[in-house]
Amino acid sequence: MEHANSVSPWVSLAYLVAGVCFILALRGLSSPVTSQRGNRFGMIGMAIAVVTTLVTHMPGKDLNYVPARHPEYSILAFAPDWLTVAEIVGAIALGAAIGLVTARRIAMTAMPQLVAAFHSLVGLAAVLVACAAFLNPLAFGIAEMVVPMIGDPFGSIHPVSRIEMALGVAIGAITFSGSVIAFLKLNGTMSGKPILLPMRHAINLGLLVAIVALIASFTQTQSPASFWTITVLSFVIGFLLIVPIGGADMPVVVSMLNSYSGWAAAAMGFTLHNSAMIITGALVGSSGAILSYIMCRAMNRSFISVIAGGFGGDSGGPAGAAASDRPWKRGSAEDAAFLMSQAEQVVIVPGYGMAVAQAQHALREMGDKLKAHGVRVKYAIHPVAGRMPGHMNVLLAEANVPYDDVFELEDINSEFAQTDVAFVIGANDVTNPAAKTDKSSPIYGMPVLDVEKAKTVLFIKRSMGGVGYAGVDNELFYRDNTMMLLADAKKMVEEIVKALD
Amino acid sequence: MDFISILSIFVLACFVGYYVVWSVTPALHTPLMAVTNAISSVIIVGALIAAAAVGLGNGGTVSKWLGLLAVVLASINIFGGFAVTARMLAMYKKKVR
Repeated sequence: MEHANSVSPWVSLAYLVAGVCFILALRGLSSPVTSQRGNRFGMIGMAIAVVTTLVTHMPGKDLNYVPARHPEYSILAFAPDWLTVAEIVGAIALGAAIGLVTARRIAMTAMPQLVAAFHSLVGLAAVLVACAAFLNPLAFGIAEMVVPMIGDPFGSIHPVSRIEMALGVAIGAITFSGSVIAFLKLNGTMSGKPILLPMRHAINLGLLVAIVALIASFTQTQSPASFWTITVLSFVIGFLLIVPIGGADMPVVVSMLNSYSGWAAAAMGFTLHNSAMIITGALVGSSGAILSYIMCRAMNRSFISVIAGGFGGDSGGPAGAAASDRPWKRGSAEDAAFLMSQAEQVVIVPGYGMAVAQAQHALREMGDKLKAHGVRVKYAIHPVAGRMPGHMNVLLAEANVPYDDVFELEDINSEFAQTDVAFVIGANDVTNPAAKTDKSSPIYGMPVLDVEKAKTVLFIKRSMGGVGYAGVDNELFYRDNTMMLLADAKKMVEEIVKALD
Repeated sequence: MDFISILSIFVLACFVGYYVVWSVTPALHTPLMAVTNAISSVIIVGALIAAAAVGLGNGGTVSKWLGLLAVVLASINIFGGFAVTARMLAMYKKKVR
């Protein structure tokens, strides 16, 4: 057991190298050109961490093992436990098979669900590791063996390790149950509508206080009852936190859970005194936190208001219905094709609707046809378009749209005034001019794409009845320069492509 | 390592993370989430220690099996996360001129 405690400097160095590899992996993502090399750095780092652990924690019988027939080999005899080695290799192989098959088969439009599901696995793994460390603390080198006068000997866990362990299990459990709910909502298994329990803020606050109190008591007593209660309550609070949050706020939730999974890894890294885990946890934790911040800023909402949930319930229903008798123009695929083929510049604004309709390939085909007509085609992406950060970029990349045709909000917003046609496909709230003018609107102050400044706006929408996620009517529909194309996004784009020939 | 040196690593890594992540281009935010997910599965280190350990009585046996289960879960993430990131990144292409 002693080898778990006395760490050779080479081992620490190996974990440090792994940590640096992870930093380089994220650094590579600063540009699509270097990103693939970055990903390889990530794999190398992980391989180093895993191999180092396997070598230093080779399963085997006690170091002072004395073979019965050959007592002369008793000193430093280490008998590897091949059964356990096989079990571990089997476990890794099983996980690898599941992971690789899933990664290969998953549709790009299902990426948000997949990421949520993966987060839940990290959370659950953190819980399991924390439980294992609690049950067998001596193996992790975080406890002193105590032989009491009465009863069996047990490992008394160091007080600092108790805090780290309790935090790790709590954050891990919240990540797990929260991600499961996020997965169900993103996957459509569960309605994206927020589910509001009465008194939910009081319940959540109460649970949080209870968890903190239990962690405090656990550090004093190392009581198993406190430990398991912390675990259970954390599962419950993770569930309760995500249930009231609506579908389009999922970019924030997914990034937040990403952050949590990092903090869980960091907490376990503290417990195990492992620099690779701490560096990774800090990286992932700040990554998720920054992404949540970017998403919140892009919606002009505070993180607290997103997490409090309930946005986009049925509050905006009547407002949407009242306005729908205003006059609006309807266009056909032929009109759209004509307008765009005559244009000098067309800016395409994709949103979640494009992902739902799987229209990205048809859209790229349309872009190619327009380019053949001599039209400049650009894509404008709002940071919260879709169900996770960068969702639209991945879908456009999948459809072979070159990434230098794709622009972020701040880079393209000034160009709409010189644009002939803005083509909005499956986006709504992110184009609503009310965010700039109407102080009473729930989305007031949110940065939006200035599509209304284009000479003509073509807006693909399934029907006039529905409103966007924020539950507000979009005054863009009733403008003189807007033409509504009412159809399924993919069908409409395919018809436009036909009309362009 | 004592607590303060670990804490130092953690705090400095938070700052590194802050600057590195701000330099990630928004177009790659989805691959960023996938790859951070893969690397946060470095928690497999803890799972491996648990799975390989020889324990005291029942706690040790349970701990070992929890560790093995965690190894499976973390491996799904590691292999799945890196593979799906590689798949996404391979799709980002520059304009052919």
